Amino acid sequence: MSALRQIAFYGKGGIGKSTTSQNTLAALVEMGQRILIVGCDPKADSTRLILNTKMQDTVIHMAAEMGSVEDLELEDVMKVGYKGIKCTEAGGPEPGVGCAGRGVITAINFLEENGAYDDVDYVSYDVLGDVVCGGFAMPIRENKAQEIYIVMSGEMMALYAANNIAKGILKYANSGGVRLGGLICNERQTDRELELAEALAERLGCKMIHFVPRDNIVQHAELRRETVIQYAPDSKQAEEYRQLARKIHENSGKGVIPTPITMEELEQMLLDFGIMQSEEDRLAAIAETEAKSA
Amino acid sequence: MAKDLEDGADHTKLIEEVLAAYPKKAQKRRAKHLSTAGPVEEGETEIVSKCDTVKSNVKSVPGVMTIRGCAYAGSKGVVWGPIKDMVHISHGPVGCGHYSWSQRRNYYTGTTGVDSFVTFQFTTDFQEKDIVFGGDKKLEKTIDEINELFPLSKGITVQSECPIGLIGDDIEAVAKKKKKDIAKTIVPVRCEGFRGVSQSLGHHIANDAVRDWVLTGEGTAIEATDYDVNIIGDYNIGGDAWSSRILLEEIGLNVVGSWSGDATLAEIENAPKAKLNLIHCYRSMNYICRYMEETHGVPWMEYNFFGPSQIAASLRAIAAKFDQTIQDKAEEVIARYQPLVDQVLAKYKPRLEGKKVMLYVGGLRPRHVVTAYHDLGMEIVGTGYEFAHGDDYKRTGEYIKEGTLIYDDVTGYELEKFIETIRPDLVGSGIKEKYPTQKMGIPFRQMHSWDYSGPYHGYDGFAIFARDMDLAINNPVWGLFDAPWKKSA
Repeated sequence: MSALRQIAFYGKGGIGKSTTSQNTLAALVEMGQRILIVGCDPKADSTRLILNTKMQDTVIHMAAEMGSVEDLELEDVMKVGYKGIKCTEAGGPEPGVGCAGRGVITAINFLEENGAYDDVDYVSYDVLGDVVCGGFAMPIRENKAQEIYIVMSGEMMALYAANNIAKGILKYANSGGVRLGGLICNERQTDRELELAEALAERLGCKMIHFVPRDNIVQHAELRRETVIQYAPDSKQAEEYRQLARKIHENSGKGVIPTPITMEELEQMLLDFGIMQSEEDRLAAIAETEAKSA
Repeated sequence: MAKDLEDGADHTKLIEEVLAAYPKKAQKRRAKHLSTAGPVEEGETEIVSKCDTVKSNVKSVPGVMTIRGCAYAGSKGVVWGPIKDMVHISHGPVGCGHYSWSQRRNYYTGTTGVDSFVTFQFTTDFQEKDIVFGGDKKLEKTIDEINELFPLSKGITVQSECPIGLIGDDIEAVAKKKKKDIAKTIVPVRCEGFRGVSQSLGHHIANDAVRDWVLTGEGTAIEATDYDVNIIGDYNIGGDAWSSRILLEEIGLNVVGSWSGDATLAEIENAPKAKLNLIHCYRSMNYICRYMEETHGVPWMEYNFFGPSQIAASLRAIAAKFDQTIQDKAEEVIARYQPLVDQVLAKYKPRLEGKKVMLYVGGLRPRHVVTAYHDLGMEIVGTGYEFAHGDDYKRTGEYIKEGTLIYDDVTGYELEKFIETIRPDLVGSGIKEKYPTQKMGIPFRQMHSWDYSGPYHGYDGFAIFARDMDLAINNPVWGLFDAPWKKSA
């Protein structure tokens, strides 16, 4: 048995982390890999497409119900989905109360201690939005994920987020062994998207692993609580995810320590691409428009 | 002008020696907290400012052993804890409440577990799930259980431990809701331990909580007199507030509220109706005195009931705020206790005269007890505060002599060095300092808890104070300190 590979998907909220990760993992399982998904989002929607239903029994909710996490058995919180993929969700409080980050820490420790990581080739963490606190950085800390894949797009805020996550990885790269696996660009059909993604990857010193084209079939599958792999195995989009899965599989040990850039550098990059105006130019343009309409 | 203390110059040298052990940066920072008392400036009358070279109320230097507490300790342990007919919940994990349980020896009358709860320990005992999902529901349930189990409790305070602030629980909303439900005063206190540099901020936060959640009502109807006063900042440690109250009542005053030793919630609520606030521990309760002065027009004054000379001076100063009858009674009371004072001095002064004392305590004692020692013919060679502010050090000047060693937020190392080098005849500090000092062969008294004795306030307290100091210093055990085979012939 080869060594356990632990990977994590990070990215700006709403970018399609869960969809991309589940489709990729569904493709990986086709390649004969044994997989465990650890959903690290209080919304608990990291396993919905694999299970074809929303996971009800999250680690944190079950622990609360039974009294404490010590009273919990692994079987209570682990469900098996598409082609044997093991699914767990950390779960967490409703928005606005408590500490979701602590929930992630508790859940991951529980899963590790109780043997959820035995007999699998891959552990995949799907982590919410940005790395807002220590809890959500748990998967990138020592002895957790070896490679982080950042899901992004050509939208400015997604680029910002990707750069921020790279900063988080850098922080732990020297103390632990975490590396940036690469960027996954989820097409939003913005201006010069592919070039921009590649340019950012170059600045961060990593690879742009795959450019996932936009296809409505993803939405169709999602509405049926299925991955594209399951819903339309012969589609072009399914093939894209298989390619991504292959690339990730072959990327083992090839992650890098990222070289995040400053906000000014990021803006300069957008200026250089001609998709953003400098502040002075933009202010002048606004003044002109206002003068016309006045 | 000659130095009051002959060893003032030695003290300056000692400070230099002690600082030499630190790395440069720590040395520079700690140097601002150590000094000797300077000369009294000409023309200074009331507050002598010979101590304000000491920089205080700032963060302790990382890496040293500080003797300070936290904001929770200041609020729950000091200010709120002694209010006897309220239940004080240590809100958060179990440790903070458990390990601070009944440390301050706040005496009270009443039936424990029925109408008084000071020596009880209540906690919401946070578990992992309370951190993740928030603890507001558990707090509500705890309040309901307390109300059901202890129906005679008059109110509940919520003393926040660190996690409450970290996870953003809305304890104010819970307090408002439960107040409606059970029709009792519920006070949320944001005294998370990580706030501020010492327990001092906890006192301030607790004072503000009294202002915002207790002093908002009308209180109960009381028969007002012209002689109504409050005792503020006396926590009745070993019965201190009782031996103080007795004197105030004997000079004809009526004590409305005792803050917060042996206090009831009603006393706290009615305090703004008094004519004068008498404040003993200035550091922990000056905030609420200033508030009552601004809002209710109640003036305040400081007093000191340690040792006969300060007691007499304080009684006269207090009486001066009232009419001739009170002033006459004050003189009568002072005269009546004089034989007791003479008796105590006759017995103990010869045994204690000339003995050197070093102090390191909290709120008011590093200055307030100084004259009690002077009354016994003893000498204070060093004193310092855990968490004082600049105004405390200014006030200290009134009491101490020039050349006295002053240490602010002293570190374990510094204090040990000072004691070792000066070798006083007595050290007065806390439990953590007690055993290292005694192992050096130096007598020690705990001056936070009175070493399970007390009271030390008032005339009655002075007799006990003198006896206890004699017991410590003249204990025959100190003659047995050297091993018999090492004794020089």
